[in-house]
Amino acid sequence: MVAPGHVIVAMSGGVDSSVAAALLVQQGYQVTGMMLRLWNEPGTEANNRCCTPDAMAMARRVSARLDIPFYVIDAREIFRQTVVEAFIQGYEQLITPNPCLVCNQHIRWGFLYQRARTIGADYLATGHYARSRRDENGTWQLLRALDSTKDQSYVLHGLDQEQLAHTLFPLGDYPKPKVRELARQFNLPVAERPESQDLCFLGKDDYRQFLTRHASQVQLPGPVLNSNGEKIGEHAGLAFYTIGQRKGIRVASPTPLYVLEKDSARNALIVGPLEKLGANELIASSVHWVSGKVPASSFDATIKIRYRSQDAAGVVTPLPDQKVQVQFENPLRDITPGQAAVFYNDQVCLGGGIIEPKRGLL
Amino acid sequence: MLASKTYLDYAATTPVDGRVLEKMLPYFSQIFGNSSSVHAFGQQAEAALESAREQVAQSLNCQPSEIVFTSCGSESDNLALRGAALARRLQCGANRILISPVEHHAVSLTAQQLAAYYDFKLEYIPVDPTGMIQLDQLIPALTPDTAVVSVIYANNEIGTLNPIAEIGECCRAQGIPLHSDAVQAAAYLPVDTSDLNVDLLSIGAHKFYGPKGVGALYVRKGTSLIPSQTGGGQENGLRAGTHNIPYIVGMAEALRLAQAERISRTENLLPLRNRLIGRILEEIPDCLLTGHPLQRLPNHASFVFKGVDGNALLMMLDMAGFACSSGSACKTGSPEPSEVLLALGLSREWAMGSLRITLGTGTTPAEIDLFLDRLPQIITEARKMGS
Repeated sequence: MVAPGHVIVAMSGGVDSSVAAALLVQQGYQVTGMMLRLWNEPGTEANNRCCTPDAMAMARRVSARLDIPFYVIDAREIFRQTVVEAFIQGYEQLITPNPCLVCNQHIRWGFLYQRARTIGADYLATGHYARSRRDENGTWQLLRALDSTKDQSYVLHGLDQEQLAHTLFPLGDYPKPKVRELARQFNLPVAERPESQDLCFLGKDDYRQFLTRHASQVQLPGPVLNSNGEKIGEHAGLAFYTIGQRKGIRVASPTPLYVLEKDSARNALIVGPLEKLGANELIASSVHWVSGKVPASSFDATIKIRYRSQDAAGVVTPLPDQKVQVQFENPLRDITPGQAAVFYNDQVCLGGGIIEPKRGLL
Repeated sequence: MLASKTYLDYAATTPVDGRVLEKMLPYFSQIFGNSSSVHAFGQQAEAALESAREQVAQSLNCQPSEIVFTSCGSESDNLALRGAALARRLQCGANRILISPVEHHAVSLTAQQLAAYYDFKLEYIPVDPTGMIQLDQLIPALTPDTAVVSVIYANNEIGTLNPIAEIGECCRAQGIPLHSDAVQAAAYLPVDTSDLNVDLLSIGAHKFYGPKGVGALYVRKGTSLIPSQTGGGQENGLRAGTHNIPYIVGMAEALRLAQAERISRTENLLPLRNRLIGRILEEIPDCLLTGHPLQRLPNHASFVFKGVDGNALLMMLDMAGFACSSGSACKTGSPEPSEVLLALGLSREWAMGSLRITLGTGTTPAEIDLFLDRLPQIITEARKMGS
């Protein structure tokens, strides 16, 4: 039998990527496991969420069980230069960056994808929950996972046609419980690790502690203002707050206060009641279209504004300079500059962009 | 998965010679006694142990009482350095450790620990760009406060041989004990401790077709050592722990064979190794031989390729069916270039792209030809990846 191709599986030692590798072996692919060694603060190797020595040992054991070659690829320096730097810079610019997007773009489908292709592999595969297919015109589409509760297409919206043509998502058609069952059936020695939405390189820390160590200039106290512009308290540094945040404002008030805006010109944190928080539009920049083609005109779409947010209905209007305007049917309260707005037509992920800071709320 | 693979990493480890395995087998289940026991079972084991010791002593041209069995080459290095440094401080207050900058980590990290936690002063003897110690640089460094000197006999990463006999003469003139790590050397070079003028010499069996997990340290009569591993008083109190008789027997036989067949093994490998070096230097641009061109292990070829990520190169070679090394077995794929290569004066851009090819008794001319046919293309691909 001729193998359907050589595929590099990005492995983490966890259930998902291990089962992805096992499925590909079962489907007859020539499979090679690779694990990225990513950056962490010196001395915190064991706290990294995905590439600890334990996780590496686990990925090795899985590879041995599957009888596939396995290599650890050092990506520490490029990860630090791209993902960690962008994370710090984002907070310095008072947005809430999403490092997983940067990592997928520069590390998984940048560094690793390039390596996979250079050594002659036909595909890169990951344990992401998403699907891809070719439409009748031959255009590659990115689709949500069949299990919508696990769908990860949000963090994959930056993939282009060339990458999708050479990417496999073996788990896209499986619900998570089925994947765990498959791990048992394949007799894989994977750890049942608790899932985490925290960032891998933060280890056990909160991002605020990390910023304090790596971007001390963000600790610039300033005034907390209400929506009338009156000073009602002090904040510890704008980077430590996120739009929509309620906890940690530390201002006494009869009604709960939420972060409405970060005013960099005055180094002021603008807070107010819940009803002031909503907005029914946003501008996103650096917009990427999966099809490679910018839509000619406005279109109805469902939009996700955070990885775990609900779908919101709205109209997306392409603007010049790789930007779009999104008009929502109903106001949304947690539109957060720095996160991605990702557009869907039902199951198909059309693309997305980075939410721009708003100007002039007051 | 290993069927069509070519093993070119004999400096990392070697398979156990069938003749060695034969000698070992009776000592697992038939002759299993503890060599320290008084009874007949113990006596049988002790007889095997002492006969192995005699055999090793013959190979090293020393007295059986000068052999200490250990668990590996690294343990031998540790015992030699720690033991001699601490003993010499007790004896005469000597407080300085002198090593080459191209030692195996078993020596260099041990010396660094002695400096960091035991208050020794650590200094390095300069090497030339081939990684060889220069005697005129060594002699002034041999001050009376020097506790121990350690110089690798044959370097694992770059293959360069050091003039151990001459170094030993210089040390002896000053009354300073010399240790040499001969873990790589013992497979292909004479290890006559009398000729080499060493006081301490480390070997590990798995580099010369013996089993992993056993080594020995030669300790010249009169050289004081403080033991690292204390307990039951085995090995003259220098290394506690029940003797691993089958492995010790295996090492003795493997070392005997290595020395007896030294010339023929070298004569078989040298032309292959030379063809490898010659063609790689001729056919691949921006490529340097590391280590000494002549004074090097006969089975050893090592290079740096400009603009190549050595770890990526190893992976690509493995995928193409060739098992090589970047210099020392480093599984986690450190992005840092080797300290040994930097000590030779190579820039980071060159030192990152290191490749070590080491041949063994199983290597065939066809394997070398196949490797030489494939390597240029793989280097080209690796360079594309780096850019």
